[in-house]
Amino acid sequence: MGYALNFNLIWRHFDKLWGGLLLSLELAVISIAIGIVIGLLLAVWYVSAGRVVRSIIAAYVEFIRNVPLILLVYLVFYGLPTVVDIAYSAQTSFVATLSLYSGAYLVEVFRSGLEAVPRGQTDAGKAIGLTPWQRLLHVRLPTMLRITLPALSNTFISLFKDTSVASVISVPELTYGAQWINFNTFRIVEVYLVVTAMYLLTGYALLYALRLVERRFRAAH
Amino acid sequence: MLGQIAYALPFLAQGFAVTLWVSLLVVALSLVAGVMMGVGLVYGPAPLRWVVRIFSDTIRGIPILVLIFFVYYGLPAVGIHLESFWAAVLALTLFKTAQVIEYLRGAVGSIPKGQSEAAMAIGLTFRQRLAYVIFPQAFRRFLPPWINGVTDAVKGSALVSLLGITDLMHAINQVIGRTYEAMPLYILGAVIYFAVNYALSLASRRLERRFSFIRE
Repeated sequence: MGYALNFNLIWRHFDKLWGGLLLSLELAVISIAIGIVIGLLLAVWYVSAGRVVRSIIAAYVEFIRNVPLILLVYLVFYGLPTVVDIAYSAQTSFVATLSLYSGAYLVEVFRSGLEAVPRGQTDAGKAIGLTPWQRLLHVRLPTMLRITLPALSNTFISLFKDTSVASVISVPELTYGAQWINFNTFRIVEVYLVVTAMYLLTGYALLYALRLVERRFRAAH
Repeated sequence: MLGQIAYALPFLAQGFAVTLWVSLLVVALSLVAGVMMGVGLVYGPAPLRWVVRIFSDTIRGIPILVLIFFVYYGLPAVGIHLESFWAAVLALTLFKTAQVIEYLRGAVGSIPKGQSEAAMAIGLTFRQRLAYVIFPQAFRRFLPPWINGVTDAVKGSALVSLLGITDLMHAINQVIGRTYEAMPLYILGAVIYFAVNYALSLASRRLERRFSFIRE
């Protein structure tokens, strides 16, 4: 052993970790917000579309789900600008990647949610004379959201953890902060202990808060 | 461009072999560790259950990347020296073990209690109950999610490139460093990962349908 824990240097550079944690949360929130839009649009389109559109959406979903996130991050940040004439910061690039990534997972979540809406509800909507658009907006989507809320919370929490991959393109989120402290102070064990605790506390706090929200929505029903 | 990529193919194939080797080790080791700890979680005495629960919830609560760095940089500090390859395998195995524990808990938990009680009533020992009554039934619920979860091991293995291990991901980045053909190579890499993982997902889905008759 012979390794004495010394947290002083960690506290001195704690702003790197705290700022990193906030950025991780910000990346996760923006990405899931865009991901929800992508997921909703594609899921609604999927359930009403013909075979061709369905296979295109399915191809997007399967591609994203079966390729490592780190490769997608490299592809968008280092690969894409070599073939199309666009320039963006590492952070924008990562948000774009994580949004497309969460979008693919959420299409699946919303699609199965829409299929789980009881047939009787849409029939009832039809019976009281709602147009298809009204049935979607006032009947199917609200029920679907209630059904998918737990899956949505889980997706958000895993996205929060996935933001650590942003460190590979030097986005200064929490894992990047940990590496910075690691390389500059060599207090390796301490910094990873603190960062582990930060990920765990934040993750479980989020989980707890989201479960409260879910319970409220279930009670309202 | 194509010539350069064709020239790099043997090198990429080597990297791909490392990816498969890491994944295989992780899958095998985590299966053994996960099933043992999962049995501990379901049938063990309270202190053992707490230890496994805390282990699983902690590992699943942190990013794999943090786990990999923690193991790789942290172990030498406490006097354990592992090659980067084995540090990576260890970290990924920890992550995958936590998953296997949960698959096992879910699968075993889905077997009606009467099965265990009946086995006890005819005088089977604990091991016999697991071997002849519980596991054969739980197996069908364990297998589909577990095979699907193998894709997580393959995808997670791409992170070992960050420790300088020349897996497929690292090989791709090195070839890009020499040829500057970023997009074609990343797409090629994506296609290779996709082919492996999609095959696994399909197998998982097929098995799930095959075993669906036991759904109540």
